[in-house]
Amino acid sequence: MRTKEPGQQHPIRIYLVVWGLLFLVSALSYSTDFIDRGFWRWTLILLFMVLKAGFIVGVFMHMRWERFALISVVLVPPILLLVLVGLMSIESDYTRSTRIEYFVEGAYDEAVPVSARELAN
Amino acid sequence: MTRVLGDEREPMKTISEARETLFTTFSDDWGSDITTLKGVPWGKAMMWVFLLSDTFIFTCFLVGYMSVRMSTVEPWPNPSEVFALHAFGVSVPLLLIAIMTFVLISSSGTMAMAVNMGYQRRKGAATNLILVTALLGATFVGMQAFEWSKLILDEGVRPWTNPFGAPQFGAVFFMVTGFHGLHVSVGVIYLLTIAFRIRRGTYDESNFEIVEITGLYWHFVDLVWVFIFALFYLW
Repeated sequence: MRTKEPGQQHPIRIYLVVWGLLFLVSALSYSTDFIDRGFWRWTLILLFMVLKAGFIVGVFMHMRWERFALISVVLVPPILLLVLVGLMSIESDYTRSTRIEYFVEGAYDEAVPVSARELAN
Repeated sequence: MTRVLGDEREPMKTISEARETLFTTFSDDWGSDITTLKGVPWGKAMMWVFLLSDTFIFTCFLVGYMSVRMSTVEPWPNPSEVFALHAFGVSVPLLLIAIMTFVLISSSGTMAMAVNMGYQRRKGAATNLILVTALLGATFVGMQAFEWSKLILDEGVRPWTNPFGAPQFGAVFFMVTGFHGLHVSVGVIYLLTIAFRIRRGTYDESNFEIVEITGLYWHFVDLVWVFIFALFYLW
C-alpha cells in the first residue's frame, strides 16, 4: 500500500548525465596534478572541487529540489566554518613566522636574539 | 492583500499567495506555527542534521591539516610522489588515488540509481544496485588498506615521522583518510543492512524513502572524499 506520493522522483537521464559529468570533472581534477604548484593549479583544484561537490549535493542528494528551509538548515551553518578557516590561517601564519624567527638557523641572523639562538643550537 | 505582522486570521490564504518568492516561503516556514520542514520525511531531516554535524567534524580535521601545513618550516612531502605507483614500467603519480576516486564516484552513481528504483517500487533492482554500491565501497576500503600497508611497511611512514619531510604529514594522513575510511566501512555495513531489510519486506508499506536516506549518507562519504582528494592529495 502506498501511504503517500513518492518524493524526489526524477528522470534517470539527469542522474546519468551528472554521473558522466562527475567522471569528466574528476579526470580534469586529476590532470591538475601535472601543473606546477602555483596560482593556476590551486585555482583549478578549488574550481573542480566545488563543481564536483555541487553536482553531488545538488543532484545526487536532491538538494536543488528541496524546500528552501531545508537547504538553509544544511548550507548556512557551514559558512561559520569559513570563519574558522580564516582565523586558523592567520594563526598558522603567525606560528610559522615565530618558528622561522626562533628555530630556523640563519634565517634572520641579525634579528635572532641571543637566547633564541641558544635555543636553536 | 497586505500582510500585517501578527495578523494570523487568514494564514492559509496569505501563505499560498506568498509562494511567489523564495524568501517569503522561507519566512513562512520558520515564522508561522506550523511544521518547519513541511513534507520532508523525519528520517531524512535527521540524516541531514547528522551529516551537518559530520561536516563540522571533517572540516575540523581539514582545518587542522591546513594549520600544520601552513605553520611547518620543514618542506611538506609532495603527495604526487609519495602516492605514485609503478605501472607499465613508469611511475604514475597518484595512480591508486585516482582509481579510488573513480570507484567511489561509480558507487555514488549506482546509489543514485538505487534511490530512483526504490521510488519506482522496483525492489529487486534497488536491492541489487545497493549491493553493487556496497561492493564498490568495499573495493575502495580494500585499496585504502593496500595504500596504508604500503606506506607503513615499505616507506616507514608513522604519525610522528616519515622519510619525506614534515613529520606532521603522517599524522594528518592517518587521521583524515582513516576517519574517512571508517565512514566508508560503516557505510558498507549500513548498505548491506538496508538491502537485507528491503529484501525481507520491512519497507513494503512505505514509499522506500529509506533508500534515499541511505543514499544521503553514501553520497556524503563521496563528497568528503572530493575535499580530501583536492586538499590533501592534489594541493
